[in-house]
Amino acid sequence: MSEPTNKTITIDGREIPFEEGQTIMDAALAADIYIPHLCHRPGLSPHGSCKLCTVEVNGRSASACTLPASSGQEISNNTDALNEVRKTITQMLFVEGNHFCPSCEKTGNCTLQAVAYHLDMLDGHFPQFYPRREVDASHPGIMLDRDRCILCELCVRASREVDGKDVFAITGRGTDARLIVNSESGKLVDTNITTDDLAAHICPVGAILIKEEGYEVPIGRRTFDLHMVGEPGLEPVILRKGQHSDEH
Amino acid sequence: MSTKIRVATTSLAGCFGCHMSLLDIDERIVELLDHVEFNRSPITDIKHCGPCDIGLIEGGLCNADNVHVLKEFRENCKIIIAVGACAINGGVPAMRNHFTLKECLEEAYLDGIGVENPMIPNDVELPLLLSKVHPLHEVVHVDYYLPGCPPPADAFMKVLTDLLEGKEPSLPKEILHYD
Repeated sequence: MSEPTNKTITIDGREIPFEEGQTIMDAALAADIYIPHLCHRPGLSPHGSCKLCTVEVNGRSASACTLPASSGQEISNNTDALNEVRKTITQMLFVEGNHFCPSCEKTGNCTLQAVAYHLDMLDGHFPQFYPRREVDASHPGIMLDRDRCILCELCVRASREVDGKDVFAITGRGTDARLIVNSESGKLVDTNITTDDLAAHICPVGAILIKEEGYEVPIGRRTFDLHMVGEPGLEPVILRKGQHSDEH
Repeated sequence: MSTKIRVATTSLAGCFGCHMSLLDIDERIVELLDHVEFNRSPITDIKHCGPCDIGLIEGGLCNADNVHVLKEFRENCKIIIAVGACAINGGVPAMRNHFTLKECLEEAYLDGIGVENPMIPNDVELPLLLSKVHPLHEVVHVDYYLPGCPPPADAFMKVLTDLLEGKEPSLPKEILHYD
């Protein structure tokens, strides 16, 4: 890490400091400025795939999670135009999977859902894809329901970079893109993933779930029933399973 | 002639949960009825939709009758509101889209646990099932969406009150939920 400097960028008219090597997202999170995102999690290498964090930097579009902050950047973030584009991206994520919130264990703790609330998304707008995707319930402690996978690769990176295991990968392209499991059978049970792994907990949607704890916190008392996704300091709360910050 | 705003409601491939939630407005329905009269609705038991200002439609489309009723509403209502998760994205009934219609019927009426006298119903009175369940906006133009499973009573009140006041309906974030 380099020494702190007095370099600054400006987001929506607010001047904030950054350190050399930080991305715009890093600097924004440190200053409690919310830039909507799904595929980014501090501590993992940036991916830049979900495009929700698209901001305008000196008039040009860029992903806040991958673009290094540099002095003098004038950044637009919370604008009607950007939020409208973000809502459209979120609608596309909803219709290309099978996201039936009322029947999903993750409802209320789901970041996709929370981002959609943040963007005032009321409908999917586009025709539903209703894709047929495989469920993998082979592992005794972990469920993999690809219906809800948004291909953010958080589990791929968590497994590789934090757990040191390389359990997940994405294969295929376009509508054939899907999450695969690194074992000869292709099943989770034949990998060395455990319920203690970050990869088992990091899924922002209900694609990777820990079994037998889905309803420990009732609907209506979950993270995003009580908090807005843009609230500062929520990231660690989202990762804590089974409980939220208001409960002991 | 009444000058009241005319509202029709129906449940297609839904569970009537949204209608139950509408009734959760409780005594506020008395005040609402000062401004609103119900046309076709399970509340009035009127069987066909006359000219209306607002049509509230719960549930998605799972059979030919659902499509027929939806079109009747679209032809008669100035404003169509898709109410609840099923109307908006097919919801729980659309989870059958994972399977073929044949597989669904065989599981329910032939091979399922506890089935007696296995036989797939095919009475001419029964509406034909669609091969997939669809949300409303894939068949008709939908003017507004009211998400939730069900949408809370306050959300119904907010949207109806906004429309009665001649405003664009909007839902505050506190009552915007998909579950």
